[in-house]
Amino acid sequence: MVEELGTNTEGDLIINVGPQHPATHGVLHLVITLNGETIKKVEPHLGYIHRSIEKMCESLTYRQYIYVTSRMDYLSSHINNHACALIVEKGMQIEVPPRAQVIRVLMDELTRIASHELWWGSMAMDLGAFTPFFHAFREREAINEIMEETCGARLTMNYMVPGGVLDDLHPDFQRKVKEFISLYKRKISEYDEIVTGNIIFQNRMKGVGVISAADAISFGCSGPALRGSGVSCDIRKIYPYEIYDKIEFDEVLETAGDSFARYMVRIREMNQSIRIIEQLIDNIPEGDFQAKTKAVLKLPKGEFYQRVETARGEFGIFIVSEGGTNPYRIKFRSPGFSNLSALDHMARGSKIGDLVAMMGTLDLVIPDIDR
Amino acid sequence: MFIVNYIKDVFNALKSLAIGLRRTLFYFTHHKEIITEQYPDNRATLHLADRFKGEVVMPHDENNEHRCTGCTACELACPNGTIKVVTKFDMTPEGKKKKAIDKLVYHLELCTMCNLCITACPSDAIKMAQTFEHSVYDRSQLTKVLNKEGSKIMEGVE
Repeated sequence: MVEELGTNTEGDLIINVGPQHPATHGVLHLVITLNGETIKKVEPHLGYIHRSIEKMCESLTYRQYIYVTSRMDYLSSHINNHACALIVEKGMQIEVPPRAQVIRVLMDELTRIASHELWWGSMAMDLGAFTPFFHAFREREAINEIMEETCGARLTMNYMVPGGVLDDLHPDFQRKVKEFISLYKRKISEYDEIVTGNIIFQNRMKGVGVISAADAISFGCSGPALRGSGVSCDIRKIYPYEIYDKIEFDEVLETAGDSFARYMVRIREMNQSIRIIEQLIDNIPEGDFQAKTKAVLKLPKGEFYQRVETARGEFGIFIVSEGGTNPYRIKFRSPGFSNLSALDHMARGSKIGDLVAMMGTLDLVIPDIDR
Repeated sequence: MFIVNYIKDVFNALKSLAIGLRRTLFYFTHHKEIITEQYPDNRATLHLADRFKGEVVMPHDENNEHRCTGCTACELACPNGTIKVVTKFDMTPEGKKKKAIDKLVYHLELCTMCNLCITACPSDAIKMAQTFEHSVYDRSQLTKVLNKEGSKIMEGVE
């Protein structure tokens, strides 16, 4: 039976999940080959939401291309924009004021919490619990309101600009964030009550979608999907950017490598993000929020790479510049694409009912995979 | 032994379900914890953040004057061609030709609210408005002319 996995033989049942399916959270199309209830093969078919973002960016200037990256991984758009701003600053050697750096890190961590909240809600919904979705959105709404006040948008902020941030913090920002922290600390115990401590939930997650550390690395997994297998891969720790090397926080690691380990990584990561925000919220330095930059940004001739840790893993931008105002070639390394490629390996040999539990913990955002 | 474990599992599952349901009951009886907003009914009291990016507008003063010089900085800054500046030549009292805007066409259907035109504008002629109910029956209604009929440039704006 085991050697048959990965092949199609006569009498196999082929099921299409998606591109319109509630469990795929987007236009992901999975072609699943089944033998009875056992999954033999999962083939993801991509391209339903391909917008050729990389090609689009080649015709945009270094100020304009930032907004497009909000439309890739829309749940961590701040962090994507952050990478775009960082690579331009790296290439042009722009010094970012300390206030802007702290604001950026604060916004990144708020985005990470918001993203994990949404993931937690939809993950529980995939497994049949509908209530957690509303609980997660309640806390996420508080973050969205903070974002709306300071950045002017709730999802696609476009707040990071080369040299700093678009606008100074709203006067209410600190108070609102502190309110959010106390709300979060009050409500996080509910998460354990409703979902994490639930035996039915644990039984569906434990031992499902196991991937070894070696396999996860060879598939190019990153972020919580790799840290669930016990590999240290947090870009904030390995290649610190901005002020992450001066902040105290732990890299969350779990060793089991199954769905529940990846679930716990994300839950514990939210607490670490809260810890980062608590350290910074009272210590925002005074000063400019944006460095003085030239009106026209030109990257010097050469190749540049910048990576950041988004809520889903390592997000990288590679730019080849010819010295002009537009990138000559741009390549995005999105975490979702590599994480999805491990799904086939995880799912082979398990039952079809567990597929949702694996897909959920990979935290797939389809526009991020397709670009 | 299998039977014992099975029954244990069932009881544990029921117990954790009861813990979850306790939370549901808590919210069922504590109405103050509910934060849902009744959107279309609360329109009168709905408050949007001052910086909320809803659409680009051009403020006019009481004399129907705006601050736009027609420099096309916004048009160049826009990543999607949302703004088109149509210029004309006005005659000044001294008989000189002066460039002015005829129409500032704004395609709301293409706009991504990235705020680049606002930052690019050297004379603060345009700003973001906090409107958000943009639904219309036909997309041609989303193409707007931002300067009002018969408006002209404010004194002293270069």
